[in-house]
Amino acid sequence: MKLLAFAEQRDGAFKKSSFEAVQAASRLAGSMGAECVALVIGSGVAGIAAELGQYGATRVLAVDDPKLERHSNTAYAKVIADVAGKEGADVVLMAASQMGKDLAPRVAVKLDAGLAADCVALEADGADLKAKRPVYAGKGLIEVVVKTATKVFTLRPNVFTAVKGEGTATVETVPAGLSDSDFGSVVTGTKVATGRPDVTEADIVISGGRGMKGPEHFNLIEGLADVLGAGVGASRAVVDAGWRPHDEQVGQTGKTVSPTMYVACGISGAVQHLAGMSSSKYIVAINKDKDAPIFQVADYGIVGDVFEVLPELTDHLKKALGKE
Amino acid sequence: MNIAVCVNHVPDTETKVKVGADGKTIDSAGVNYMLNPYDEFAVEEALKLKEKLGGDVTVMSLGPDSHKETLRKALAMGVGKALLLKDEGVRDSYGIAKGLAEELKSMKPDVVLFGKQSIDYDDAQVGTLVAEMLGLPSVAVVVKLDVHDGKAVCEREIEGGHETVETTLPAVFLAQKGLNEPRYPSLKGIMAAKSKPIEEKSASPAEIRVETTALSKPAAKGAGKIVGTDKEAVPELVRLLREEAKVI
Ligand SMILES: Cc1cc2nc3c(=O)[nH]c(=O)nc-3n(C[C@H](O)[C@H](O)[C@H](O)COP(=O)(O)OP(=O)(O)OC[C@H]3O[C@@H](n4cnc5c(N)ncnc54)[C@H](O)[C@@H]3O)c2cc1C
Ligand SMILES: Nc1ncnc2c1ncn2[C@@H]1O[C@H](COP(=O)(O)O)[C@@H](O)[C@H]1O
Repeated sequence: MKLLAFAEQRDGAFKKSSFEAVQAASRLAGSMGAECVALVIGSGVAGIAAELGQYGATRVLAVDDPKLERHSNTAYAKVIADVAGKEGADVVLMAASQMGKDLAPRVAVKLDAGLAADCVALEADGADLKAKRPVYAGKGLIEVVVKTATKVFTLRPNVFTAVKGEGTATVETVPAGLSDSDFGSVVTGTKVATGRPDVTEADIVISGGRGMKGPEHFNLIEGLADVLGAGVGASRAVVDAGWRPHDEQVGQTGKTVSPTMYVACGISGAVQHLAGMSSSKYIVAINKDKDAPIFQVADYGIVGDVFEVLPELTDHLKKALGKE
Repeated sequence: MNIAVCVNHVPDTETKVKVGADGKTIDSAGVNYMLNPYDEFAVEEALKLKEKLGGDVTVMSLGPDSHKETLRKALAMGVGKALLLKDEGVRDSYGIAKGLAEELKSMKPDVVLFGKQSIDYDDAQVGTLVAEMLGLPSVAVVVKLDVHDGKAVCEREIEGGHETVETTLPAVFLAQKGLNEPRYPSLKGIMAAKSKPIEEKSASPAEIRVETTALSKPAAKGAGKIVGTDKEAVPELVRLLREEAKVI
């Protein structure tokens, strides 16, 4: 048995979710007595490939080609499938990031494999693998078995651990073997929104709802987020009102998040919102209504006015973290 | 311009998950179904493209008869043709994609629109699977779509920002919230949709690749804890976050 972990990088830096995928793969390989290979794709990436050794990879393949500077889902998927084929990988793993979600279905079709997407657990079950994934935005959890000989899994970011170790890896460069016709769609530009981490990747998320009363008060949310290096989220009510961009929406029709800490400010806790955030490790709620449903899922609640509590909390944390 | 939209019929967002008798799917008693919210953006975009560039819009769904309800909603919004690829059985995303791809192969649309994901299984697979099966380019999580001169320029969401993606047609696009504001069906549209025919075909067979063996509800959170009221509770909250939760 052989596992191949695809490690996504952007602008020469790996994402945390890539380390998570590599470590999950190497741990699985360890528990099954299987082999594990990591794969990096891009332009000028051979130099960073060895870093994956710190997350358990012993062998890293780098497909380093100027043509791959700009992302193209068709070309990247072809490279992954080609490498998986040549290596004889039985299992392909990657993060369920926006890139991973864009590539995994294509890789699955090319390898004639089944794909279990957005898994939150993956373990050996005899010679087989058993995965768990949330459904209904986290209101349910299913167990799935992939029945094809080759299997593809994507892993939800922030769920699997990535602990940096002392390991080292050997790096082999592999030719891309692509022709122009492999580039179906091509990324021609990237815009970074705020510089704050995305809610799906952030360790801490601070979210505001209608209780924030207006877009001009989200500086309170952003201020707290900046002290903690957190991402900023929002309820649908405030996104629909145009107070916040929709890529911040958390919930059943927004993003599903699983940070270590989620702070809900002036959010009532409607079922659609809870669906997107209730798998957070710790939930903090600030709401002036003691009967707000958000308190039923909050580990720590403060019944109070966000306009009083948030500035106080930001101040205290600044002090506690020595950031004054 | 020949445009196809694939739509799913899903439990609405109020649905409480109750494990059904088979232990694998939800108990659908009392559950209301709706047009998958992301697919509503896909339908709207199809109608806008048609209004701008002319052509035909066909909406299709693979599933049992109940999916007609969702097809009717799309007809009421103004779509011209609806097709049900009938299948009463259980399918995984691969099987759904295969059935849709088979039909699209003969339809040869210039643009195929999907939602970015179904809100029941949150799989986010079908659109891209279909694209790969048809050998077409695709752009996922699209928030802006501009089609002209046989190509498309899109904006798509990525973590912490947006990407601009260019592609030639025919191509597949997966709609994300923000792409447009779906129109409400007019009363006239609703009345007209009632009498528009829905074509039916049986979906081509498919095997299950990813089998669901069990459905459960995630462990319920313990009762919430109120730390205190007003700003006086802040020091205690910070202490708990540092010493008990150890998150900061
Ligand atoms: C199909 C569908 C999909 C949906 N998808 C989503 C989704 O993905 N995400 C989502 O969030 N919602 C979603 N919703 C909407 C959801 O049902 C709620 O309407 C929404 O979450 C409410 O947002 P809110 O909590 O900000 O506002 P409200 O429910 O209005 O709550 C505001 C809260 O702020 C509190 N408050 C007011 N003033 C203060 C103050 N000064 N200090 C402290 N607290 C204060 C109030 O007590 C109240 O609890 C969806 C709905 C539907 C029908
Ligand atoms: N049964 C179906 N019939 C038609 N289209 C579907 C079906 N299931 C999913 N889709 C489409 O595929 C998209 C992604 O679905 P999923 O991969 O299930 O998250 C949806 O938003 C729909 O556009």
